[in-house]
Amino acid sequence: MTGVQRTVTRTLVVLLAMFVFAFALVPLYDAFCRVTGINGKVENTAQALIRDSIDESRVITVQFITRGSAGLPWKLEVLNRQVRVHPGAATEVHFAFTNHGKEAGWGRAVPSVSPSEASLYMRKVTCFCFQEQRLDAGERYEAPLVFQLTRDLPDDIQTVTLVYTLYPVDDKTLAAKALANEARIIAVPRIAVPGGEA
Amino acid sequence: MAPKLPPRLPPQHPLEQAGEAAGPAGHAEAGYHHGPKGLLRWLLTTNHKEIGTLYLIFSLSMFFIGGIFALVVRAELFQPGLQLVQPEFFNQMTTMHGLIMVFGAVMPGFVGLANWMIPLQIGAPDMALPRLNNFSFWLLPVAFTLLLSTLLMPGGGPNFGWTFYAPLSTTYSPPSTTFFILSLHMAGISSILGAINIIATILNLRAPGMRMMDMPLFVWTWLITAFLLIAVMPVLAGVITMMLLDINFGTSFFNAAGGGDPVMFQHIFWFFGHPEVYIMILPAFGIVSAIIPTFARKRLFGYASMVYATSSIAILSFLVWAHHMFAVGLPLVAELFFMYTTMLIAVPTGVKVFNWIATLFQGSISFETPMLFALAFVVLFSIGGFSGLMLAIAPADFQYHDTYFVVAHFHYVLVPGAVFAIMAAVYYWLPKWTGHYPNERLGRWHFWTSVVGVNLTFFPMHFSGLAGMPRRIPDYALQFADFNMASSIGALLFGTSQLLFVWMIIKCVRGGEKAPAKAWDGAEDLEWTVPSPAPLHTFETPPRFQHQEH
Repeated sequence: MTGVQRTVTRTLVVLLAMFVFAFALVPLYDAFCRVTGINGKVENTAQALIRDSIDESRVITVQFITRGSAGLPWKLEVLNRQVRVHPGAATEVHFAFTNHGKEAGWGRAVPSVSPSEASLYMRKVTCFCFQEQRLDAGERYEAPLVFQLTRDLPDDIQTVTLVYTLYPVDDKTLAAKALANEARIIAVPRIAVPGGEA
Repeated sequence: MAPKLPPRLPPQHPLEQAGEAAGPAGHAEAGYHHGPKGLLRWLLTTNHKEIGTLYLIFSLSMFFIGGIFALVVRAELFQPGLQLVQPEFFNQMTTMHGLIMVFGAVMPGFVGLANWMIPLQIGAPDMALPRLNNFSFWLLPVAFTLLLSTLLMPGGGPNFGWTFYAPLSTTYSPPSTTFFILSLHMAGISSILGAINIIATILNLRAPGMRMMDMPLFVWTWLITAFLLIAVMPVLAGVITMMLLDINFGTSFFNAAGGGDPVMFQHIFWFFGHPEVYIMILPAFGIVSAIIPTFARKRLFGYASMVYATSSIAILSFLVWAHHMFAVGLPLVAELFFMYTTMLIAVPTGVKVFNWIATLFQGSISFETPMLFALAFVVLFSIGGFSGLMLAIAPADFQYHDTYFVVAHFHYVLVPGAVFAIMAAVYYWLPKWTGHYPNERLGRWHFWTSVVGVNLTFFPMHFSGLAGMPRRIPDYALQFADFNMASSIGALLFGTSQLLFVWMIIKCVRGGEKAPAKAWDGAEDLEWTVPSPAPLHTFETPPRFQHQEH
C-alpha cells in the first residue's frame, strides 16, 4: 500500500466511525439523560409504589400545566392545578380530555418535569400518559394520575412542575403501535362523565 | 469572468533543477496541457490550479448570491414595518443567506485556496487524488443549484434559519426540505472528499526535507481544518439523515410526540456546528500568518506556538458546543462546564493575536492591499472574539441569546474575519496566479469601502442586540429604527464595494504590472520559487527544501 492509500484508508475509517457515532449519540443521549435526569423526561411505564414512611417534615408544591397542540382540537384540563404533598406519599390527581373536534381521533399527552433533576424522584404509578388515547367527537373523559415523590428528593427542590403537552398521533405511528398495544389501550378504564361535552 | 487562469508559459523549473529531466517526457514542458479543450477542459480537469480557480470562481459567485439575499434582508429592515417582502419570504432570505455564505462561499473559498496553494507551498506536483478533486468540486454547483431551486418550489425554500432546528425544520417545514437535505448531503460529501485529499497531499507529498514543523502555517491550519472536517461532516450527515427519516419515514428522532427530543437535535447539530465555525476561521489564521511576516519583513513570531495554539483550538472546539444552547434549560453543571471551556478558547486565540502583533513589532512594515486586509483581520476579528467572550458568560447569555448581539458577533468573526482573510489571500497570491500585480489603487478603494461598510453594518447591531432586538424578524420596535437604518446603509456600501473586487480581479487577469517569481520582497515560502504566473505544472521534480530555524 502506498502512503496515500494508507492515509485515505485511515481517514475513511475515521469518517465511518464518526457517522456511526452521530447515530450512536441518540441512544447515548437517552441513556445519559435517564441516568442524570437532565432533560426532565420521566419513565414511560408504570412504576411500583415505594412503600416507605412519609416524610411529614417537608411539603412540596406540585404544579400541573397542560398544553394543547396544533392539529388536534382537543383540550386537556387538570382538575387540581396544584397540590401540596409530602415526599413518600402517593397522590392522585385527575385530568380531563375533551375532544372538541367533529371527528374521532388519537392523541397522546407527553410529560415533562421541571426542574429536570426532580424527574429522577418522580414515580408514576398510573398515568394516562403511558399510552395513546382515542376520543370520539365531543367525548370527554377523566383520567387519573397517581404519583409519588420519593423521600430522597433533594432538599433544595420545593416546587415541582409537571407539564403535559397534547400531541396528535398520526396514522403511521398508530399502525406501528396499535396492533401491538391494542389490548392495553382497551384495558384503560374509561370513566364516563354524565352530562359531559356532547 | 472568462476562465483565463492559469496562462501557459514556457517551462521554467524551480530552484536548481531547470536542467534535470522532469518526469515522463510529455510532462517536461510545464505549460503542457493534455486533454480536451474549451468547456470540457474545465469539466474534466484534474489540475490542482485549474480546480482551485474553479472553486474560487464558484465561491465568488455564491458570495454575490448570498450577498444579494442579505441585501434583501437589510432592505426590509431599513425601516420598521413591512415594506418590501412578506415575512415568509424574509425567513427564506435569512436562511438561504446563511446557508449559501457558510457552505457555498466561505468553505469553497478556502478549499480553492488550499487547492491552489498547498501543492505549491509544500513542493508537490499536484493534489494526491486529482480525479477525486475534480469530483468534489463538481458536486458543489449541482448541490447549490438544487438548494437555490427550492426558492421556486411550492411552499418556498428553507425558512427555518441556517441552523435548521427541529421540529421547525421537520414537522413545520416546507415540502422542499427534502431537497435541502439532499443538497446539504452533496455539499457535505464534497467537503469530506476535499478534506481527505488535502490530508493525503500534506502527509505524503511534501518536498524531501520538509518536516511537519517546516510547513507554512497555511498548510498547517488547513491540515487541522481537514481533520475537523473529517470528524464533524459525518455528524452533519447523520443529523440531516435523521431529519429526512423524521419527515418522510415516520421516525421520531426529534419529535416529542413520538418520544423523541428536539433538544437532542441542537446537541447533535452544534456538535457539528461549533467545529464548523473553526473550519471557517482556521485557514484564515494560516493566511494572516503568511501575509503579516511578508509585509513586516520579519519571520513569524512563535511559529511552534501557532501550531500548538491552532491544534488546541481544534481540540477545544469539540468541548464547547452547548454554549449555543445556554437558554434551553441546561443543568447548572453543564452551563458552568461549557462556559469555562468556551472561555478557555480565548487563551490559544490570544496566543495567535499576540504572535501577529509581536511579528509586527519593529518590523519594516509596508501597507500593500493584502497587508491592509490582514491587519484589518487582526483588529476586527479580535472585536468578534471579545463579543464571543461576552456571549460565553452563561448568565449574561440569557439576555443576548437570539438577539442582534449574536448576529453582530458572528458577522464580525466571519466577514472581517474569514471573508477579509480570503480577500487578503486573493490580493496576496494574485501575482502568482496571473503574473500581474493587482491594481493597488483599486485595492485600496476596495479595502477602505469594505472596512467602513462592514463596521457601519455590524457595529450598530451590538447596540440593537443589547437593547433587545431579536434576530430573524422582518419587523421591529421603533426604538431600533436608527441602528437598523445605519446597518442597512452599511450593508449597501459593503455589498456594492465588492464590485470593485471583481473589477480588480478582472483587470489583474487581463494585465497589469508584471510580477516576478518572488512577487513580494518579504515572502519566503516555496510558492515564490516558481515563476509568476505559476505554469500549469509545477514541482514535477520535487524541490530540495532548505530547512530554516523558525
